[in-house]
Amino acid sequence: MLAAWRTVAQRRQCPRAPALLAAARHLASQTATASAQSASVAAEVPSSSSGSEPSARLSSSSQQQEERMDFPGGSVPFTAAMSFLGGTFSPRAPLPCYRTIDSAGLAIADADIPHELDQETAVKMYKTMVTLQTVDVIFYEAQRQGRFSFYMTSSGEEATAIGSAAALTNDDVIFSQYREQGVIMYRGFSVQDMAHQCFGNIHEQGKGRQMPIHYGSKSLNFHTISSTLATQLPHAVGAAYALKLQKRNACAVAYFGEGAASEGDFHAALNFAATLKAPVVFICRNNGWAISTPATDQYRGDGIAGRGPGYGMASLRVDGGDARAVYNATAAARKIAVEQQVPVLVEAMSYRSGHHSTSDDSSRYRAAEEMRQWRARDPVARFQRWLVDQGWWSDAQDTSARQEARRDVIKALETAQKAPKPPLSAMFEDVYARMPWHLEKQQAEVFAHVRTHPDACPADIPVK
Amino acid sequence: MAAASCTLRSTPLPAAVGSPAARSLLAASTRPVRANQRCLVVKAQKRELMMWEALREGLDEEMERDPTVCLMGEDVGHYGGSYKVSHGLYKKYGDMRLLDTPICENGFMGMGVGAAMTGLRPIVEGMNMGFLLLAFNQISNNCGMLHYTSGGQFKVPMVIRGPGGVGRQLGAEHSQRLESYFQSIPGVQLVACSTAANSKALLKSAIRSDNPIIFFEHVLLYNVKGEVHGPDYCQCLERAELVREGTDVTIFCYSRMRYVVMQAVAELEKQGYNPEVVDLISLKPFDMETISKSIKKTRKAIIVEECMKTGGIGASLSAVIHESLFNELDHEVLRLSSQDVPTSYAYELEAATIVQPEKVVAAVHKVCGVRVAA
Repeated sequence: MLAAWRTVAQRRQCPRAPALLAAARHLASQTATASAQSASVAAEVPSSSSGSEPSARLSSSSQQQEERMDFPGGSVPFTAAMSFLGGTFSPRAPLPCYRTIDSAGLAIADADIPHELDQETAVKMYKTMVTLQTVDVIFYEAQRQGRFSFYMTSSGEEATAIGSAAALTNDDVIFSQYREQGVIMYRGFSVQDMAHQCFGNIHEQGKGRQMPIHYGSKSLNFHTISSTLATQLPHAVGAAYALKLQKRNACAVAYFGEGAASEGDFHAALNFAATLKAPVVFICRNNGWAISTPATDQYRGDGIAGRGPGYGMASLRVDGGDARAVYNATAAARKIAVEQQVPVLVEAMSYRSGHHSTSDDSSRYRAAEEMRQWRARDPVARFQRWLVDQGWWSDAQDTSARQEARRDVIKALETAQKAPKPPLSAMFEDVYARMPWHLEKQQAEVFAHVRTHPDACPADIPVK
Repeated sequence: MAAASCTLRSTPLPAAVGSPAARSLLAASTRPVRANQRCLVVKAQKRELMMWEALREGLDEEMERDPTVCLMGEDVGHYGGSYKVSHGLYKKYGDMRLLDTPICENGFMGMGVGAAMTGLRPIVEGMNMGFLLLAFNQISNNCGMLHYTSGGQFKVPMVIRGPGGVGRQLGAEHSQRLESYFQSIPGVQLVACSTAANSKALLKSAIRSDNPIIFFEHVLLYNVKGEVHGPDYCQCLERAELVREGTDVTIFCYSRMRYVVMQAVAELEKQGYNPEVVDLISLKPFDMETISKSIKKTRKAIIVEECMKTGGIGASLSAVIHESLFNELDHEVLRLSSQDVPTSYAYELEAATIVQPEKVVAAVHKVCGVRVAA
């Protein structure tokens, strides 16, 4: 039996093997004594190492039967070795990060590319990135000029959003957190749509009810963003359950940040998805920062991907700045989710190059050097380099695309700003399917007040 | 007023909490047997079910009628639910439509929201309403809001149901009155059932509604018996029930307090009073039509609730009545509620914390004046 433990210790390549073996010998002597006193010993009984008499009560056949512990959750092998796993006793290295293009944009030889990018898709991805970068810069400035109240950029994470969006189908139901505008843009949400939403005017889908950047579009299968962190993760599980019941060839996709992954809903959603076998692709944008909290203050384990196996879920870590790797990771994850009807976790490592939002100034808590280093690895520049190397893009095209994007964005802002706002009555509609009496009464009170105090209502909100 | 009691629902009137009579009444609810042969024949044709059976029947009918209806929660599948509301249904509809979830109320509530926005009509069962405090974030920030904030693009046709209220020595954490906490949430509708008949008919309506409905059952009413309607009968979710027509005073109640009030009414009738009893049913929005019609008639109102004094349904109702019917009232609205204390485990303390029939009788004396027995 001691020989068996020696083998186990070697197999584990545990640095504490000598100590373990010593402990095992000690345990062996103790259990041999104990087994003489009790017939129902659960652990394996060593036969010879301790030098004490083996138990007369237990026959060798009963030792054979007691190799595994059967309990309501399953069956696990017994061991007489006590060996902690995890924390400071973790023998595992962190999950490596899959990439296909290096920081300079050069293709890595022999990288796994199960899903090749064709020219049309790759160019669409890149053009969307260009538009996204332009939108982020100009909308941020627009907020600073007071044209609307709030904005969040996704600088440094363009490849995560667009690379993953490109690998999905339009039937896949998307739930996002707030920094995935690249996803809805790739799906077809125009710059004009985005501008309308940020201005909260009469043309936007949300009827002016949500903050800027809280996009949502039923026709694009992109659920309206809710400010609460991680609440969209159980929603995705529910949507996946619906898709499963409806036997659809589609999955639910949930985006979230590494900070949001500390919320209870993350743990609930992953456990539920794995236990109930829901076809969800969980995509974590680990961008290193949750406002001013670095990832080192957010978790102690192996990031977010390291948690997946604990829930019984296939997990992959990917370079979030490598659009081609993100595309492949998402396509592969989607395939697993839909074909096997199980959830998959993808952690895209990237960097939040911009501030958390227009209400934040990250220079207060981040080193300029760190930000400079990451900007040098800009995901858009890396993908552009690769695209050019394929012969699918040129500098001239780039200049022209950026100029066109800039024109479109500025025009979209002007159009959205001039458009009328939803009327006051929109405040009370859609709370319920049909307006109940108490809302009718409250609406009447608001109207009555506004008619006698016209300055109580913003000048651009029609009183009707 | 013996004739009036025949117009009452067939469910029995529980005795005071703690009495042996109460236990036997609730355990074996039957109509009083009459010697009249014709009545016996009629009784045999009528169908009486216990409330849990009525809820189950309503659930079964709706699941059969609409394949998007499903139930999720803890132990609702093979176990059939802690109060048997989904007993045996998994055999008919399978494990997917009667979905057993891991223990995380916020998790399966969120799952219900997501499923509802993706074309299903989920019913989410809280094993006890009190556990849904864990689901408050999903209920308040998403369930009630997403139809609005999405500009009407996504709807959330969910039913959130489960037993609440004060049971029998279940301790403070299992004796919560969640209607107090939930009533402010914009976008949700609150309904409380009280009889076998209305529990089935209201549940059917709730399932068919496009609004998210929080459906309050009471932990002590599952074995209450009564006649139920057929598969096509759905009861209006926004309408109160006139339990007893009267003239002296209007007594508002809901859920188990309906029975406490009717027990007080039995005593009040002997004393010569003629109270009107209104079971609110719709806790949000209130049925102002029925409420104001009754108050205009009786000019006096008493609210009997299990909620705590502070911030209960009674607090909201009292405010609404005073604001809109002040000139119709001869007396301020009396509100009988539980005290603002955690519910004790001890038998007598628990009994003292909830409203008993004697308190209702005393309240009627107060607003109507003491009468000499007729």
